Amino acid sequence: MSGASAPLGKDLLGLEPLTGEQIKLILDTAEPFKEISERAIKKVPTLRGATIVNLFFEASTRTRISFEFAEKRLSADTVNVTASGSSVQKGETLVDTARNLEAMRIDMVVIRHGASGAAQFLAERIESNVINAGDGTHEHPTQGLLDMLTLRDHFGRLAGVKVCILGDVLHSRVARSNIWGLKKRGAEVAVCGPRSLLPNAIDEFGVQVFDHVEDAIDWADALNILRLQLERMQGGYIPSLREYNRVFGVSRERLDRAKRDVLILHPGPMNRGVEIDSDVADGPFSVILDQVTNGVAIRMAVLYLLSGGRPELAESAKGASR
Amino acid sequence: MADEIVELNDGTDDLIIVGIQRRGVQLAARLVSHIAESEGANVAQGALDITLYRDDLQTVGPRPVVGPTNIPVDVDGRRVVIVDDVLYTGRTVRAALDELADFGRPMRIALAVLIDRGGRELPIQPDIVGKRVEINPDQRVDVLVNELDGRDAVVLSDREGAA
Repeated sequence: MSGASAPLGKDLLGLEPLTGEQIKLILDTAEPFKEISERAIKKVPTLRGATIVNLFFEASTRTRISFEFAEKRLSADTVNVTASGSSVQKGETLVDTARNLEAMRIDMVVIRHGASGAAQFLAERIESNVINAGDGTHEHPTQGLLDMLTLRDHFGRLAGVKVCILGDVLHSRVARSNIWGLKKRGAEVAVCGPRSLLPNAIDEFGVQVFDHVEDAIDWADALNILRLQLERMQGGYIPSLREYNRVFGVSRERLDRAKRDVLILHPGPMNRGVEIDSDVADGPFSVILDQVTNGVAIRMAVLYLLSGGRPELAESAKGASR
Repeated sequence: MADEIVELNDGTDDLIIVGIQRRGVQLAARLVSHIAESEGANVAQGALDITLYRDDLQTVGPRPVVGPTNIPVDVDGRRVVIVDDVLYTGRTVRAALDELADFGRPMRIALAVLIDRGGRELPIQPDIVGKRVEINPDQRVDVLVNELDGRDAVVLSDREGAA
């Protein structure tokens, strides 16, 4: 954290270690980046010459493409590495893979990994900036940030906004990043889901807990509906997808019974008919596609704020500030 | 200055006045309202933030605050006047020219500045100047505008550590 040249420090590993001010800085910085994606030429030269590796050990469409667009619109050079078809399949360790990439003189690594803490593990061992694009059940900070930006766009603020995170909180890195980030900006946060899919220590997160989705809808200004991973049924967490939909699914009828309009967010990919019904996902209060649009701006802001800045050269360059 | 802009562009047809964030934007707004008064013409107005086009990002690092860029009309084939408060090294204008080129191909781009303080590091010269001053590199010139600073003034001061 060396002053103005590294406003976020070297890496973005999660929202838990950030201050409320740093989160606000990322959200504010994302605003002007939205406009770049509306231009005919969707590109600025900001990261020209920087090399970024997208290291995806888990399947991802949205996040990987979103990062790739963000990198390309900032003029960075990018390389995608996925676990299948790389030396990872031959048994190379994470650190060896990263060190080899670093030996090719890269500047940043965006990592998605199935193990919680993988991003931090890597960040402590390589010089390049590391951005966590989701690690196990730990955090997915850029998703949390784009959810917050979407909420702020709609409500004009985050302080006092009531957000309920609905579904499989236990396994969700998106839920954790949302809880940390939203609370730091003064939003009120609740969770709702079957007790088998809530962490035992949910009280320690400082959030309200609803057992009935109807109560959550009555309370909330916005619902962030998590994806129910289909393999949870085999794991014995829920009896059946159908029952989950009947008890916790967000349907038009449930929303119509609420006292006021509730904004609908979903990080994707959606299981239509399980955690969310189609007429809700495509309904007037859904901002699900706005989230995707904001994702590119948020990732551009994070890349920009982590980039560049060699403090030792800053002094001599100050004279040329105009 | 407003009259000079109209004269330079043979009228107000196809004219766009673009201010550079931050204080160039307020100056551009004033020029637009002057032209509206004297010529009775509504001239298009835009804003550019050149932060993402700077040539020193890798040395000084990111400037946290990036302002909005807003070019409301198609610039192809039109006459653009870039407005800034102080012209010094010319690097900001270089960045602004690059950014404008990403929006299209204007017929002509002119540069209007309130203060030209000399000290150019690039081959860039203004077309319209409010006032030229020769000052030392260890001094700085700040233009204050009522909208942001509470008063209109041009302040000459010694450069302190951080610019």
